Amino acid sequence: MTAMTDQQKAGFRLSQLIYDTRYRSMTIQAVALILFMLGIAWLLSNAAQNLAALGKPLSFGFLFEPSGYDINQQLIEYDSQSSHGRAAIVGLLNTMLVALMGCITATVIGVVIGVLRLSHNWIVARLMTVYIEGFRNVPVLLWIVLFMAVFIESLPQPRDFRGDDATASMVLSDSVAFTNRGFYIPRPEWHSGSMVVVIVFLLSLAGIWFFGRWARKRQDATGEILPTFWIKLAIFVIPSVLAFFVMGQPITLEYPALKGFNFTGGIYMRNSLIALWLALSLYTAAFIAEAVRSGIQSVSHGQTEAAFALGVRPGRTMQLVILPQALRVIIPPLISQYLNLTKNSSLAIAVGYMDVTGTLGGITLNQTGREMESLLLLMACYLTISLSVSAVMNWYNNAIKLKER
Amino acid sequence: MADLSYVRTQMVPQQDPPITETGAIKWARENLFSGVTNSVLTLLALYFLYQVLHEVIPWLFFSTWNANSLAECREIAEGGCWAVIRERWPQLVFGFYPSEYYWRPVLTFVLMLVALAPVLFNGLPRRMVWFSALFPFLAFWLLWGGSLWLPVAVIAGFALAAMSVIYLPALTGTLLATIVAFIAPVLWWLFLAAPVASILQAILPLAIEPIESAKFGGFMLSVTIGITGISLSLPIGILLALGRQSNLIAVKAICVGFIEFIRGVPLITLLFVASTLLNYFLPPGTTFDIILRVMIMVTLFSSAYMAEVIRGGLSALPKGQYEAADALGLDYWKSMRLIIMPQALKITIPSIVSLFIGLFKDTTLVSIIGLLDPIGLSNAIRADQDWNGIVWELYGFIALMFWIFCFSMSRYSMYLERKLQTGHR
Repeated sequence: MTAMTDQQKAGFRLSQLIYDTRYRSMTIQAVALILFMLGIAWLLSNAAQNLAALGKPLSFGFLFEPSGYDINQQLIEYDSQSSHGRAAIVGLLNTMLVALMGCITATVIGVVIGVLRLSHNWIVARLMTVYIEGFRNVPVLLWIVLFMAVFIESLPQPRDFRGDDATASMVLSDSVAFTNRGFYIPRPEWHSGSMVVVIVFLLSLAGIWFFGRWARKRQDATGEILPTFWIKLAIFVIPSVLAFFVMGQPITLEYPALKGFNFTGGIYMRNSLIALWLALSLYTAAFIAEAVRSGIQSVSHGQTEAAFALGVRPGRTMQLVILPQALRVIIPPLISQYLNLTKNSSLAIAVGYMDVTGTLGGITLNQTGREMESLLLLMACYLTISLSVSAVMNWYNNAIKLKER
Repeated sequence: MADLSYVRTQMVPQQDPPITETGAIKWARENLFSGVTNSVLTLLALYFLYQVLHEVIPWLFFSTWNANSLAECREIAEGGCWAVIRERWPQLVFGFYPSEYYWRPVLTFVLMLVALAPVLFNGLPRRMVWFSALFPFLAFWLLWGGSLWLPVAVIAGFALAAMSVIYLPALTGTLLATIVAFIAPVLWWLFLAAPVASILQAILPLAIEPIESAKFGGFMLSVTIGITGISLSLPIGILLALGRQSNLIAVKAICVGFIEFIRGVPLITLLFVASTLLNYFLPPGTTFDIILRVMIMVTLFSSAYMAEVIRGGLSALPKGQYEAADALGLDYWKSMRLIIMPQALKITIPSIVSLFIGLFKDTTLVSIIGLLDPIGLSNAIRADQDWNGIVWELYGFIALMFWIFCFSMSRYSMYLERKLQTGHR
């Protein structure tokens, strides 16, 4: 008895830090933290020492110096007198451009293929399996360089379009030209009065939203179902078209035309952009298709049967029963595929498309010799994109989570 | 009233089902032409197939293997020009590895299959695992050459750790033995291994011709980087996942920070770090091999993804499993090793294997920092005057090789899932 009280009175002993599970975790954490800090400090002191020896201490001043190189694809104004910082922004916008285009097309292709893979049609389902297995099991970099090589080798040169004995011709009533330098498509030109059309279009979008809410409320109140799809389509199309003609067709298309040895006018899409876009879309589509397939298959067949037993028609079963449940499974992998696509767009450097890796991590890095600063900034760009997207995704996941009690 | 009822006195012989309800016709009606949409889809698919085969089959059949340049090819045959593969085959497989030493990578590859066998399939003698453990050192020695004593000295470090775990506890107690097991090998590798190896080399020279990393290339390079990354990222990923799930806040914060950082940036930026930046973080004057640097970065990259996959498996386990392990009185490491990890790894097999496939595909990125993997070589080949303008044959071949590797990996994962299936069906 006495021994016990003695022990309790003895209070804290140093050996408890190791042998007492209450304190051991503290010890482990402290040791881990100290070792981690020491490691980081060692790396940083090495870096400081090495950079000082090379005479280039950490400084981001180079971002404001003139870059001295051109970027062939730019969404905002830029020339070789602009600063390295502006070059980085141009690159970042190019990354965003190809990522956005890629995400849209990849989703469309992926959803179609994923649904068709579940089709009862034997041959179609097999073809889609071949597509998915084919694209998934070959590196995306190979697809990118392959598309680029195919464009360069097999599309006609702009001069093939010239003369009476032209070997190549434009398609879609002379509005689109596929050349080995890139694609030329018509450009919309905005004349006076076009603002009205745009505003009417935006208003009709708002109208669709309000109509949808009203129709839902009405259905909740009266039980009547309106043909919402057709009414929404009408709201989408009719006002804008009317405004277009009332204002005297203020939006026209400027067609690309052959002048000298090259096309002028229209929008010029570089073949590097197209190759990257196509390769990323088709590659990512294969993964999205798998996500869609597993999402649809995750909804048990009983759900469909129950809906049929209640007398719900197949279309509305899909819309009201299957899709809401499947989307819960599909959306998280879908978002992570979007992130993968964005990160894979950094492979643009292999075909010379100037994304942020090509400007900041490529030419700027080589010209200024500021490896540390350039790569830190480059990683920060991608980290910002990734972390903000995952923050949104976490919010969404919490919002749609099945509320269990 | 006459009895008009009629009863047949013998059985009617069994009739064949209608022709539309049997065999191929029934199958086609059900699977290809079951409705208007389906029929249209079938016809479209058939048309598409016809178009593709119409192009591809002549291209395959009227191809040639014997030519010295693309122009010569196009004269001989109207189909594919496989001569480029025949001429560049050694390069695509071995890079610029000296041809008199081709036996070394080949032997390494064969030994790799032997080493993988006990890991991949059970039913083989368990002792073979020892060979699998030794294989990395053997492969390093065979591929890069040099003194045999260097890998032996490295192995001795591991042996030191094993011995202090097995024999020291009786003398000093478990805790001290564990600490010694970590510190002794590190001291051995840092200060003693290299001198001891050179002394042994002086006493008994056992060396083969060293080959420098710049000579590595082709599929050999991809497989070397891929296999290293795969085999190292699994244990590191498990540790990171456990760290992320742990109650120790400091450890958890370090692991989360590392995982989220690596997952947030593209691999190519990490490879840039490997090629330009890594030397800055090491003591002045340290330089080490570019392939080694790339391997480190690829391993770090895939272990972050691996950690997330395994964390998914850990959190998918019912809480009762953790509680049961605690109730049995197992300590943390025992419960993880015996109860939690086997189950968590089993349910994550498909994700782990698809991660491996992704890693293997990502090894092509090293071509961007100037290593000569198949894609880097393909750029060189297409720039060559003889083969200028070749596209489908070259890329088709490389794609096919990658496809075979990756597809067989995914099939293996399905086999593994079936083998480990213990639930009720």
